[in-house]
Amino acid sequence: MSQQDVYSQPEEKPADHVYFPQGGDWEDIVSEHAGSGDETIVINMGPSHPSTHGVLRLMLEMEGETVTSIRPGIGFLHTGIEKNIEFKTWTQAVTYVTRMDYVAPLFNEAVYCMAVEKLLGITDQIPERARIIRVLVMELNRIASHLVAMGTGALEIGSTTVMSIAFREREMILDFLEALTGLRMNHAFIRPGGVANDLPEGGLDHLRDVIKWLHKHLPEYAGFCNENPIFLARMKDIAVVDLSGAMMLGMTGPRLRGTGYDWDLRKTQPYCDYETYDFDVVSWEGDDAYAAFRIRQAECWESLKIVEQCLERLEKTQGQPVMVADKKIAWPAQLSLGPDGQGNSNEHIKHIMTGSMEALIHHFKLVTEGFDVPVGQAYMAIESPKGELGCHVVSDGGPKPYRVHVRDPGFHHIQSIPYMCEGGMMSDVVVALASIDPVLGGVDR
Amino acid sequence: MTEQNLPEERRDADRAERVFATKSGMWSRGSGDTSGYNGLVRELAMPGKSGAPFEDAAADAIHDRAVDVLPKFKGYRMLFHAGELTVYVPREDLREVVRTLRDDPYLRFEVIMSISGVHYPQEVGAELHAVYHLLSYTYNRRLRLEVTCPDDDRHIPSVVETYPMADYDERETWDMFGIIFDGHPSLTRILMPDDWAGHPQRKDYPLGGIDVEYKGATIPAPDTRRSYS
Repeated sequence: MSQQDVYSQPEEKPADHVYFPQGGDWEDIVSEHAGSGDETIVINMGPSHPSTHGVLRLMLEMEGETVTSIRPGIGFLHTGIEKNIEFKTWTQAVTYVTRMDYVAPLFNEAVYCMAVEKLLGITDQIPERARIIRVLVMELNRIASHLVAMGTGALEIGSTTVMSIAFREREMILDFLEALTGLRMNHAFIRPGGVANDLPEGGLDHLRDVIKWLHKHLPEYAGFCNENPIFLARMKDIAVVDLSGAMMLGMTGPRLRGTGYDWDLRKTQPYCDYETYDFDVVSWEGDDAYAAFRIRQAECWESLKIVEQCLERLEKTQGQPVMVADKKIAWPAQLSLGPDGQGNSNEHIKHIMTGSMEALIHHFKLVTEGFDVPVGQAYMAIESPKGELGCHVVSDGGPKPYRVHVRDPGFHHIQSIPYMCEGGMMSDVVVALASIDPVLGGVDR
Repeated sequence: MTEQNLPEERRDADRAERVFATKSGMWSRGSGDTSGYNGLVRELAMPGKSGAPFEDAAADAIHDRAVDVLPKFKGYRMLFHAGELTVYVPREDLREVVRTLRDDPYLRFEVIMSISGVHYPQEVGAELHAVYHLLSYTYNRRLRLEVTCPDDDRHIPSVVETYPMADYDERETWDMFGIIFDGHPSLTRILMPDDWAGHPQRKDYPLGGIDVEYKGATIPAPDTRRSYS
């Protein structure tokens, strides 16, 4: 829609065309361009387009159906989480980081807590049961996140069925996480020193049901998609990034493994005892969106294998602590869940309110002021469903973080959109986007 | 207080350059001197072992090889703490250092995983830090580079020509801290709106320092309503 250039500064030469996001009447646009001989169309996708996984804006220049230039615009979901954390205690910050990549919240919590524990020097003191529960919730969350990636990715090429069954399975996992943490998402469950809570009564049975359900329903994705001609036509050789391209663009996770390189931080730089679990790293030769799709599908099975091993270990470690023994760090664990999903630790309240004055003072100091973390900086990286999730933590020795930076894989993956999309069809843009599975909450933080 | 009475950590020769801030106040925060005799002044110094050998296979291998191929590497400040090696690179050497770290066959740091800015307002002459986290896929090793610049000359050379994946990181660090990465292909704001004034993650930028306007009414910024100390 060409109009008077309202954006030009007084001393600037006005542009001859100005395009407004609200568009205009199609007849006017067509008639205006009819005589110009200029075939380039500028299209604005987003910021709130259903297939942009949040609020991503893509600005495309097109020659007919071919994308000649594409530029991502991010920041619409920037909520200043890193800044906010600097004004909260180390434990309160968990509530903030969990809201970054909200499709995989437990990974944000885990990486942040492990970075803080590295600075505290208590990595070895985290109780075994807490580490098992961390692995359990992370792997369940990985399945849930991959289901969202596969479901929305399939929806973007027109398959509503895969979307609805993916969310059905995800809901089963979220039900379990809700029973464990009190919330479906944004759990704030993993805390520096351990986890907030042990499994509830009947938790293991619930977990067995989830495993049984997933065993029954995960094969459906392969049946629906793997040989589906529409899937193959839309995803094979689309959004191609080879190994050197992936390294150049800082791509990690399924897209990196989709080039045939079996890099997985759970194997190469293990944390939380991953080296003691039996699972395989999935890689796929293909360099394309289909490779990433197949890897996500296969990783769900590997995660399920780990979840089953967690179940065995949880059976063996019943009754063991889930929070570090150091009372100067350990926030009250073993909360009881009320009907509203929140609750207190009744034993603990009884102790501090009726048993020990010192315990009450200590509790008050720990919860309001928080614990001090020694001066220093640390970087921790884990394998999130999307790729390397890193956390750089700086402490000035006080009860609040001095600086926290989270390296979200999606932030770096968004950089690769021009590389994958330019020269391709417009309809492949959404496939390329789905193949990197960005979550804008994590991208913008 | 004489030199030998100081606790061991305070006697380090390079302690002066590790201190990034001084705090004074009512609480000792573990300084040992709870009497208040010392005015409860606390110096905050980055911990770690500063000279090679670091008694860590990966850190020593990186250090030894880097010194071999780039002799001036020896003069850089280093800290080894919690299993992580930090190298403080002068900004004028940054491009040469990253190119060597990437291209040398025994170093092969193929990617920069993350760049984060940190603002140390009390560190006069080096207020702004850019912290680079490098990863070598080949050798499965990590390395941290730290580059500083003074607040009144906020320039650090861009590493995008060596590490293309650092493009967005540098834009974010510019956006949040105001560090200008010279040679970046398009250093524009990335998370904040293009016309935003100020760099929000600097320590002198208040939390929530923006008035909220809605339908003509203005609500004062949260930081002017109450303070959390």
